[in-house]
Amino acid sequence: MSNLLTIRDLTVSYDTKVVLERANLVVEENDFIGIIGPNGGGKTTLLKAILGLVQPQSGEILFSESMKNKRGDIGYLPQVNKFDSKFPITVFDVIHSGLAMQGKWKMGFFKKDKQRVEAIIDELGIGRFAHRPIGELSGGQMQRTFLGRALISDPRILILDEPDTYVDNQFEGELYRKLRELNQRMAILLVSHDVGTISTYVKCIACVNRELHYHRSNIISPEQLASYNCPIQIITHGSVPHTVLATHNHSH
Amino acid sequence: MLELLQYDFFTNALLAALLSSVSCGIIGTYIVSRRMVFIGGGITHASFGGIGIAYYLGMNPIVGAAVFAVLSALGINYFSQNGNIRQDSSIAIWWSLGMAIGIVFIAITPGYSPNLMSFLFGSILTVTFADLAYMAVLSAILVILFSFFFRVIVMIAFDEEFARARNLPVSFFNYTLMALMALVIVASIRISGVILVLSLLTLPQATANLFTKDFRSIMIASVFIGLIGMLAGLYISYYTDLPSGATIILLLTALFLVGKLFLTAKGFLYRRSGNSF
Ligand SMILES: Nc1ncnc2c1ncn2[C@@H]1O[C@H](COP(=O)(O)OP(=O)(O)OP(=O)(O)O)[C@@H](O)[C@H]1O
Ligand SMILES: [Mg+2]
Repeated sequence: MSNLLTIRDLTVSYDTKVVLERANLVVEENDFIGIIGPNGGGKTTLLKAILGLVQPQSGEILFSESMKNKRGDIGYLPQVNKFDSKFPITVFDVIHSGLAMQGKWKMGFFKKDKQRVEAIIDELGIGRFAHRPIGELSGGQMQRTFLGRALISDPRILILDEPDTYVDNQFEGELYRKLRELNQRMAILLVSHDVGTISTYVKCIACVNRELHYHRSNIISPEQLASYNCPIQIITHGSVPHTVLATHNHSH
Repeated sequence: MLELLQYDFFTNALLAALLSSVSCGIIGTYIVSRRMVFIGGGITHASFGGIGIAYYLGMNPIVGAAVFAVLSALGINYFSQNGNIRQDSSIAIWWSLGMAIGIVFIAITPGYSPNLMSFLFGSILTVTFADLAYMAVLSAILVILFSFFFRVIVMIAFDEEFARARNLPVSFFNYTLMALMALVIVASIRISGVILVLSLLTLPQATANLFTKDFRSIMIASVFIGLIGMLAGLYISYYTDLPSGATIILLLTALFLVGKLFLTAKGFLYRRSGNSF
């Protein structure tokens, strides 16, 4: 298996506050990494550093040869709907905008592009509202739209920041099954607070709380979380196979 | 009506209406979509400082206004990105600072300033050939920019962070459009004055937005709505001697209300006829 991305000794701070300290992480092809950690632990900051949205204070982020387009080969689904829902743009155009990247942004509307947008719309089953303005979508429809934008460029790494907020259980299940399918052809980094659910789907876990601890398994115990200095509650929703969580002596 | 065309001032006014409906239609849609109307207000009033200084120095007021408008636009953008000052506070500071400078310089300028009122309230019937040339260049730049880079401009306006993650030239477009916005505002001051200029950039868009939620359609419709308002305002003000700027704004507001009433009536009839979906 080959590397896509290597994060080495990454330190990020805002003003004087250090948010990430000497974080190391290697993302390989077909990885499915669940990123967990307390609020304010630095999960979003880690993703933003990978995307080039915040400048690290020290350390480096290296893209492998196979990431030819560098950050253009990353699909990104941002945390929560921070978008202006009154902005005059349709679902179709939001998804289409995912094709723009460095060197490829002076885009006219090519026929091929249009077909790619339509293919993604079919794949995600959102044809019913494809030509609606985004202001008329529900939370789940919105998330699907932004997933479409992240996927249309055929990324090698897909980064999702809490895609399960504002979606119902049914869409959540659909989403994770979809991610498992996508994982056949791309690496996935997923931030979620729902450790129970992600444990069902991810392959490894990264605990981020200023430091980053990489856990080469999808099973994690409260003791391990404590040793990683990662104080989070293990919450589970729905029917999660109880074996995924090694909850030693975990009784209420 | 057509005999008016033999007067130069009137053909100038018609051309000004055409050019400014194009530039206001395009940049106004950008401003409204990005919720930058308040920034527009700041730039407009800041430019008054330039008008005042130009009067004092005996220069062309439009040049002074343009310099102040662009500086305040870039200043607002810069401070809200790099400073610790909140954007709306920064806007308010430029807004009143510009007005204060303008008022002080006009007060110390000897003699009476006959054109001052036309900068406060606008007067499309007094545009000069130089004004027209300026508007024509500006409109051409906007049409070209939005034809070639439409998608990337909309993409940045909609989700700047995603555009940054894709390494698109976000800052370049932000600053360029900010500067163009300032220049369009200055051009429009000739038509509707410092006090009324914001409506030229927002009313046609609000009317168009009643009927479509698509950036491109709003942009194109705004150009035509603005043109109708300005042409009608021009004729009415010529024949009735009403101030042209205010007449145009009232007409544009009337168009908006007609659109709103039309939609309300349509919705009402729709429900009455029992069509629920
Ligand atoms: N732009 C910013 N300027 C200053 N501080 C910031 C900024 N963004 C984040 N922070 C701080 O950095 C820390 C880490 O934030 P981050 O958003 O990465 O946390 P997170 O793990 O994603 O949290 P959550 O689970 O709430 O999404 C927080 O303490 C936050 O207050
Ligand atoms: Mg976060």
